[in-house]
Amino acid sequence: MSGFSPGFRGRTHAFEGRLPPGQYPTESFPVLSAGPTPHVPTEDWSLTVTSETGESRTWSWEEMTALPQQHPTVDIHCVTRWSKFDTRWSGVGLDTLLEQVESDAGFVVAESYDGYTTNLPLEDLTGNKAWLVHSFDGYPLAPEHGGPARLLIPHLYFWKSAKWVRALRFTTENEPGFWESAGYHDHGDPWREQRYWND
Amino acid sequence: MNQLSVPHLDGNVLAGPLADVFAVDPTTAWHRCPTCRMPSSIGELHVYGTGPGPGLTGRCPGCADLALRAVAQPGHLWLQIGNGAGAFRFPLPHSAR
Amino acid sequence: MSRWLPARLTQRTDQTATGRALRFDVPGWPGHAPGQHVDVRLTADDGYQAVRSYSLAAPSDGRIIELGVQVVPGGEVSPYLADDLPVGALVEVKGPLGGWFRWTPGDRGPLLLIGGGAGVVPLMAMLRARRATAVRTEPCVLIYSVRDPDEVWYARELSTPAAGEDLRILYTRRAPAGSPRPAGRITAGDLPGPEDPPKGPAATTYVCGPTAFVEHVNGLLLSAGRSPEHIRTERFG
Repeated sequence: MSGFSPGFRGRTHAFEGRLPPGQYPTESFPVLSAGPTPHVPTEDWSLTVTSETGESRTWSWEEMTALPQQHPTVDIHCVTRWSKFDTRWSGVGLDTLLEQVESDAGFVVAESYDGYTTNLPLEDLTGNKAWLVHSFDGYPLAPEHGGPARLLIPHLYFWKSAKWVRALRFTTENEPGFWESAGYHDHGDPWREQRYWND
Repeated sequence: MNQLSVPHLDGNVLAGPLADVFAVDPTTAWHRCPTCRMPSSIGELHVYGTGPGPGLTGRCPGCADLALRAVAQPGHLWLQIGNGAGAFRFPLPHSAR
Repeated sequence: MSRWLPARLTQRTDQTATGRALRFDVPGWPGHAPGQHVDVRLTADDGYQAVRSYSLAAPSDGRIIELGVQVVPGGEVSPYLADDLPVGALVEVKGPLGGWFRWTPGDRGPLLLIGGGAGVVPLMAMLRARRATAVRTEPCVLIYSVRDPDEVWYARELSTPAAGEDLRILYTRRAPAGSPRPAGRITAGDLPGPEDPPKGPAATTYVCGPTAFVEHVNGLLLSAGRSPEHIRTERFG
């Protein structure tokens, strides 16, 4: 007992087992953003993957949606402590995109239309556990949730699942992104509660 | 706060988190946006990410360019001023924890 | 530098169905200026902490502070403060905070206060401070936008204007019977023009309310020719 605010429980007391430490379950889909929502028409959208040597490959919206589609149902965990279970998405596995560009680099920086960036080890993006998604619950992904397309990397905190993504850049060094350079953890594993730089 | 759309607030909400590392109230601090030249105080910035935290993003009210980022962590405050990379991590005094 | 102070809830007053005025006793409170706010920190048994900002509703009064709390449906902190925190129990507060959205009776010049819903709370601290001052020759206009008559905070105090005050309540959804102005969103016609009181270059304007309200009013004020340096805004979510 702290002696302060008796009876206040926060929202962390239900859903044992599927809930990483310090998280609470939510039915809603909170929007958290670091700036105004960009509105990118699909006809202007593209995704570019660039290797550390400068080799690149770009997909238009039509080309991306013509690739083999997957339909993951996953739990997602936000560093602001909400977790949402059994979220249903559609999109392209990142294995499909990344294997089109030759690279020996071990890291990737994701870049978004609003200037946001986040850094990821390559091994967290391959092996059928990360996606570029364009629909949620059977509907086109809304702009406030990252539409037309965002990353989905459900085994890491959701700030790693960059909204409005437009480029994936291979890097030989680990380059901290928007939040990683301001105190967030480089890796962000919710089960190890890697919220901050030194967690 | 509406769960479906979190609007931006203004820089007045930065007064609490920043009070731990400034000797004077920082919300009256003034700057001119390097991108659009609009003058504003920290209190006038548009701030995203308030409420649940931990990361707060302050943007120019004129052009939305990045003006500061603050991340409140138990025992520490990370502060990045301007739109570059490389935040400072301030230890919080014990009385502020 | 600021530290967390224990604050004991001494009184809870319903202002509306979902709005509460909460008075706390805070030993060691250093005093504050109208318009300033505090951060309130709640701690759960497992150590989890949540912090939110609340405006101070009254001028400095020794170690007693009054906060205005509007319930946010589904919110983590406001429903607890509004309805569950027992009178006599402790929370922690940090403050006073904010030097931007503040006013004291020593700041000369006419005042234009524009509040939306619970955004009237910090403006009430300014109005109350002005009423407590012997010299109040300079005009003060309060324009207060609410959904309907049941949503008016501080209804009794606002029913009788003090010397130099012009208090106008605008209803956006339902106006009281016989009201000359039909219910509707605040428009340019509801605001004083550049030649109406409170006029002059030193007429300071404070606008507080939900983000959309503040954006809207700020746009009206700028279109009406008021200068941005004399407009101070505070948005809440």
